[in-house]
Amino acid sequence: MRCFIGVDLGSTTTKAIVMDENLDVLGRGITNSRSNYDTACRVARYEALISTRFTLFHQGLSKLPGLHGRIEDFLADLERSFRLEQFLEQLADLEATCQINAKGDRFKGREKVIREALEAIFVRLREEAPALFAPGAKRKSDFFRDIAGSRFMAISQEIAAASGLSYDLLLNVYDKAIIDVENRPPSEDMRDKFLRALDRVTASSAAIKSMTDQVSVLVRDALQIPLDDTYLVGTGYGRVTLPFSKEHIRSEILCHGLGAHMMYPDTRTVLDIGGQDTKAIQVDASGIVENFQMNDRCAAGCGRYLGYIADEMNMGLHELGPMAMKATRTVRINSTCTVFAGAELRDRLALGEKREDILAGLHRAIILRAMSIISRSGGVRDQFTFTGGVAKNEAAVKELRQLIKENYGDRVININPESIYTGALGAAAFARRAVEN
Amino acid sequence: MSVRPVAEAVKELSMLKQKEMIAGNYELLATAKEKGRKVVSTFVPGNLNELMMCFDVVNNLPEINAIQNAMRKKSGAFIMEAEKRGHSEDVCTYVKADLGSIAKGNLGPDGRPLPDPDLLLLSYTGCFTFMKWFELLREQYKCETAMLHVPYEGDGHASKNMRDYVVKQIKEEVIPKLERVSGVKFDIDRLRQYLKESAKTEQDFVWVLESAKNKPSPIDAYFGGVYYIGPIFTAFRGTPDATEYYRLLRAEIAERVAKKQLPVTPDGEAHEERYRLVVEGPPNWTSFRDFWKMFYEEGAVVVASSYTKVGGIYDQGFRHDPDHPLESLAEYCLGCYTNRNLPARIGLLEKYMTDYEADGLLVNSIKSCNSFSAGQLLMLREIERRTGKPAAFIETDLVDPRYFSPANVKNRLESYFQMIEQKRQGAKAPASAAE
Repeated sequence: MRCFIGVDLGSTTTKAIVMDENLDVLGRGITNSRSNYDTACRVARYEALISTRFTLFHQGLSKLPGLHGRIEDFLADLERSFRLEQFLEQLADLEATCQINAKGDRFKGREKVIREALEAIFVRLREEAPALFAPGAKRKSDFFRDIAGSRFMAISQEIAAASGLSYDLLLNVYDKAIIDVENRPPSEDMRDKFLRALDRVTASSAAIKSMTDQVSVLVRDALQIPLDDTYLVGTGYGRVTLPFSKEHIRSEILCHGLGAHMMYPDTRTVLDIGGQDTKAIQVDASGIVENFQMNDRCAAGCGRYLGYIADEMNMGLHELGPMAMKATRTVRINSTCTVFAGAELRDRLALGEKREDILAGLHRAIILRAMSIISRSGGVRDQFTFTGGVAKNEAAVKELRQLIKENYGDRVININPESIYTGALGAAAFARRAVEN
Repeated sequence: MSVRPVAEAVKELSMLKQKEMIAGNYELLATAKEKGRKVVSTFVPGNLNELMMCFDVVNNLPEINAIQNAMRKKSGAFIMEAEKRGHSEDVCTYVKADLGSIAKGNLGPDGRPLPDPDLLLLSYTGCFTFMKWFELLREQYKCETAMLHVPYEGDGHASKNMRDYVVKQIKEEVIPKLERVSGVKFDIDRLRQYLKESAKTEQDFVWVLESAKNKPSPIDAYFGGVYYIGPIFTAFRGTPDATEYYRLLRAEIAERVAKKQLPVTPDGEAHEERYRLVVEGPPNWTSFRDFWKMFYEEGAVVVASSYTKVGGIYDQGFRHDPDHPLESLAEYCLGCYTNRNLPARIGLLEKYMTDYEADGLLVNSIKSCNSFSAGQLLMLREIERRTGKPAAFIETDLVDPRYFSPANVKNRLESYFQMIEQKRQGAKAPASAAE
């Protein structure tokens, strides 16, 4: 089948969307951008193709009347199983790479101890793996680097102590290897991994009991459907480094404008707060950009601002919003400069202000800055769509709603749970359009 | 890279001529003291070059020195030097580049020291910073200062009173000081002669600017334009050299028009004219070539710009007039682009959008130049409203390299060009199905 792919190479994450010729989204993929956009692009695309397969499985399995109500459970089992396969594959690569890296003069005389220590670590990692992907298991991140890294560190501490090696040495071996592994393009045998995952699930999944054979056939059929790369469009900061020609590249302003229009066709104003830029875009009834403004001399008030504040407060990024929601009053933070805001934050803490109240003030400061960019682009028109990583932060959304109401009155405010894919969605629609025209 | 390699690496005659003229003026400056010539520092907008020539003084332009230093990547260090000496980050970067350069020996582009001025001639006050700049220079050089107060055209035009007021100051303040400093008696017939030469030059200059009405345009009226304004905006207006320069330039461009050639860029002839733009605001000088490249690589050609009017809006009919010498100098000072009020600037830009059949307006807003930047967003909105053409806003600086962020500027420009393209295709059915 014909597939249209949009890839958005952001400063923090890279997103991909697979779309069919009816402009329906088949799959979404996301990965960390690393320092290697080429690999990030391949991984995100690969992830979106995996997600597409799940859409196709769903479509296929819907033909089985007896399975109604259980498809989601089965597919969740299958996905966990597939992710486990993927994880084990990358783990094997990581182990092999660590072993290769643990050779040379630096390790002279200790090769055997190191080899055995690494083997022991990876045995433990493999043993733990199924639990990481068990139903209900909570993972801090879905990125291999994060999952494997945190466990490697924990286990290697014990192993180092037991084997008389330094923890730092094992960590160095890992650090070097993970970069290689992460920057290797994904292996191409998606189908084999699916089949292995399917075998594991059909043997154990409660969701498809008594229908195992029919399910298996339908999943295998869906795997046979060829996914053709009909056209690909890239956008985002990394777009110029993409290994494709200019016709395949669109600015993220256009992609965000069109993406927001695809999600909410009545959108007229779009605000996107990403890692390092804030964009306010005005679009017409067809999603065509009429005007835009961006921060350009300074990145204060962008997603990274929150990251910095989280570090300053020794909190996780995702914990900021919920804590700010507990505020009883909003502390006024004047600085739009990220670093100065850090200084103000410490100053306020020293004065005895509550953390939640200060955080509420910081969220307001970000949104005030965004409001200035919006007003310069032409203000908030109905409907208003908020996208980007910061749109997931409830405290930021609360401030935004309030400020829009105060300054522009009642406006419909759209926030899509998949808003992080807005740019990629627009890019995919451009890909579809490129073929159409 | 998508520019055709052309055998045009050979410099055109006009380019060689201008180079020789600029080198000649720096030579005059470097040897002024030993040859006993007096030096007058003055600014580009509202410059009284013909009048100064009547006193045999050498013309030194601090703004041009700052630009020269910026294009040679030296302004950043000079600005830091000025900041070290107590000038704040928000001060005009032309001023700081100049003050920093003075602190570091004040060398001209030829590596020889620029002479201390004998007179600071403030011939235009529409930029308030000019006045403060010369106040600082007066402190530095302890030399004579002549200040010509030019009233702002707040009502959109110059009244007779305003003109008389400027003429009175030229007679009573400027000429006596020039006479005193130079020891040369003012001769109005000499001034008439120079003004006659200027008017001839201005005719050819306007022809050059208006050649951009052709499709394709044979010139880039912003990036190329800053070279074309060189002689007429600086120490050469009123000289036979300037007349000769514009004669050569006009002939070269006429040839380009006949051959339907596109503008010359640092990489040879531009490959296409995909977007015709009007640009408001000065260029960035520290990354001038990189900035330009962001345009021609995408097929964007600037067909008209306000920056090429800072030293006179000749294309709207003004000519220096030998029959009314002092009055025409007064009118010239009053008519500078930044001395016009916002409605007048909007009217001019709108006219350019129409006359040059532009696809859009781009504003390059300069961080440290309030004379230009104040009100630019309002201007942009109004032009959008009147013309229905897309406009965009980018922010850079004149000569402070810290305020030019290439990735961001490029990103905005590319978005803007694609936005124009998208609007063109707007008639075609867009993707509109909801997810």
